[in-house]
Amino acid sequence: MEKEILAEIKDLSVTYPTRIGSVSAVDHVNFNIYKGEILGLVGESGCGKSTLGKALLRMIDPPGEISNGKIVFRGENIMEYDYNHLRDFRGRHVSMIFQDPMTSLNPVQRVDEHLIETIQVHEPQTKEDSALQRSKVMIERLGIGIERLYSYPHQLSGGMRQRVMTGIGLILNADLIIADEATTSLDVIVEAKLADQLREIRDEFGVSLLLITHNIALVAEMADRIAVMYAGHLVEIGDIYKIFEEPKHPYTQGLLASVPNIRFDTNEHLYKMPGEPPNLTHPPLGCRFHPRCPHAMPICSQREPLLVEIEEGWSVHCWLYQEQSS
Amino acid sequence: MNAMETRKESDDFILELHNVKKYFPVQKTLLDQIFAGRIDYVRAVDDVSINVKRGEAFGLAGESGSGKTTIGRLSIGLEPLTEGKVIFNGMDLSALKKEELRKLRQKMQVIFQDPMASLNPRMTLGTSVMQGLLIHYPEIADQHRDMVVSIFEKVGLTPANYYFNKYPHQISGGQRQRVVIARALITRPDLVLADEPVAMADVSVRALLLDLMVQLKKEFNLTYLFITHDLATAKYICDRIGILYLGKLAEVATVQEVYQKPLHPYTKALLAAVPVPNPRKRRTEPMPEGEIPNPIDPPSGCRFHPRCLIASAECSLTEPKLKELEPGHFVACHHAKLG
Repeated sequence: MEKEILAEIKDLSVTYPTRIGSVSAVDHVNFNIYKGEILGLVGESGCGKSTLGKALLRMIDPPGEISNGKIVFRGENIMEYDYNHLRDFRGRHVSMIFQDPMTSLNPVQRVDEHLIETIQVHEPQTKEDSALQRSKVMIERLGIGIERLYSYPHQLSGGMRQRVMTGIGLILNADLIIADEATTSLDVIVEAKLADQLREIRDEFGVSLLLITHNIALVAEMADRIAVMYAGHLVEIGDIYKIFEEPKHPYTQGLLASVPNIRFDTNEHLYKMPGEPPNLTHPPLGCRFHPRCPHAMPICSQREPLLVEIEEGWSVHCWLYQEQSS
Repeated sequence: MNAMETRKESDDFILELHNVKKYFPVQKTLLDQIFAGRIDYVRAVDDVSINVKRGEAFGLAGESGSGKTTIGRLSIGLEPLTEGKVIFNGMDLSALKKEELRKLRQKMQVIFQDPMASLNPRMTLGTSVMQGLLIHYPEIADQHRDMVVSIFEKVGLTPANYYFNKYPHQISGGQRQRVVIARALITRPDLVLADEPVAMADVSVRALLLDLMVQLKKEFNLTYLFITHDLATAKYICDRIGILYLGKLAEVATVQEVYQKPLHPYTKALLAAVPVPNPRKRRTEPMPEGEIPNPIDPPSGCRFHPRCLIASAECSLTEPKLKELEPGHFVACHHAKLG
């Protein structure tokens, strides 16, 4: 089955100037997001995964900037959008759910006001009654009781707030929802229920989900494909089953082996990856993972590898899988 | 009377909690109190009995609001009890005078979740770690520096002299947590309360910290009271684990027993909800309805009954007691059966 491309991220870099030199938080990243897929974007703190998520909406705060590359969404290069166009694009086509719903929701606005406002900002011709109707349908669809429509954020539980955020993201029929650690502050049972719901929503609305998280087990639970970032580079991307079965990049291998597993029939010992992620003001030369890599070769510290497709739909950013002369 | 375990000759308990309760009054204005005619309480911990054996790692797990952190704080006397008794090394904590309790604190140390919040940003790492020695062993001041250097080496902060003069903001999060561990161990404690010690660390760093904690436990003959919301992490460090729900123990047994043969419906749901890092073993079990109820006015009978799939009429009327269904496996459920 031919997958339809929703968004293409081409050679994207995001840099932040700092006192001690510029930091490339996202460094020449290439990948596609397909229609209706759940793509899990994982990595440790500071690897650039959240910055990448924000960059997709062009929400990088100055002095940081998208210093290179482009983002093509449904055939249009959003780097060329002006302010008004961009404003309409955010929310209508791509929306975002953040980690902490309490800081994302307005504490003095009721749930219904959040939803109606979202609709009316993007569709000013919509009357309040019909916006309210749509809000009711959405709220019920998400398993929140209708009576909750008139609650303020502080009256809701964490899981409920996060569902309201999801509702705001969905009410305009967005094509892509970026969930940045959306389930991280929730308890496991609530997290599991939200995960089920996000999956159902994908099946029902055909929306694409970019799941940005440090929780690798959650990605295994939900995603169709996984993308792994390390120190601003995309190091491996491909099918979730294949990568969990036989990860290619040494970082992915180490990462997957160090994830605790609750089952007793599996890894009794966690892999202990030496060292810590580098400081991006002075990233290691060549492959940024080479100082921690058990397979490092001389070339790894000299030249950066390319992200090379090793089989269809599976790409790896590592010298082990490419000709050194290339 | 200890409701949980009958004491055997061979048992050496370092920490015993007997029917411990902790109620926090809900803040209200005076006018509200007069009109309501009563004060509401959050029943954070409601009649919990636990015995921690010397040398074991005992885990306390549960969701937010289950009371796990409060039990930890009560266990080392950081919080006065509403009711019940806490016995540490045979001494009743509530019977001790303030000064006696302070002396005892060197034997019970804490590791909190956020190392940046636990370390004084204006103190060098060496000075921070030395504080315990200054209070408890002022008479050997000339040896303090060497003791700090040696503990730094034990927790993997080498070269120790390099780290000694650094400040918290100059090192990474994983190294900061090592400093906090060093500070906890410098007074040679018997019991270490670790409240979500690795929750903030990244996966690759977390594995190293867990391994370090396991090693140090052996080397220093420590007992851990390990508090976590993450059941997968608990598996790698705990010998026994207690599952808490709304201030009460639902189940206690060895980690292996609880994870492989959970008997309480809540434990089953909690374990099923933990995602497994294997896309071929995705969860199919449905999750319980609703969310944790309000601890000010908890459900009658078994506190889990409104969300429980196998609840019967009995469950809403009588509260199940923690029963020993198998040697060492305790469950508080009317319908828990073996097999």
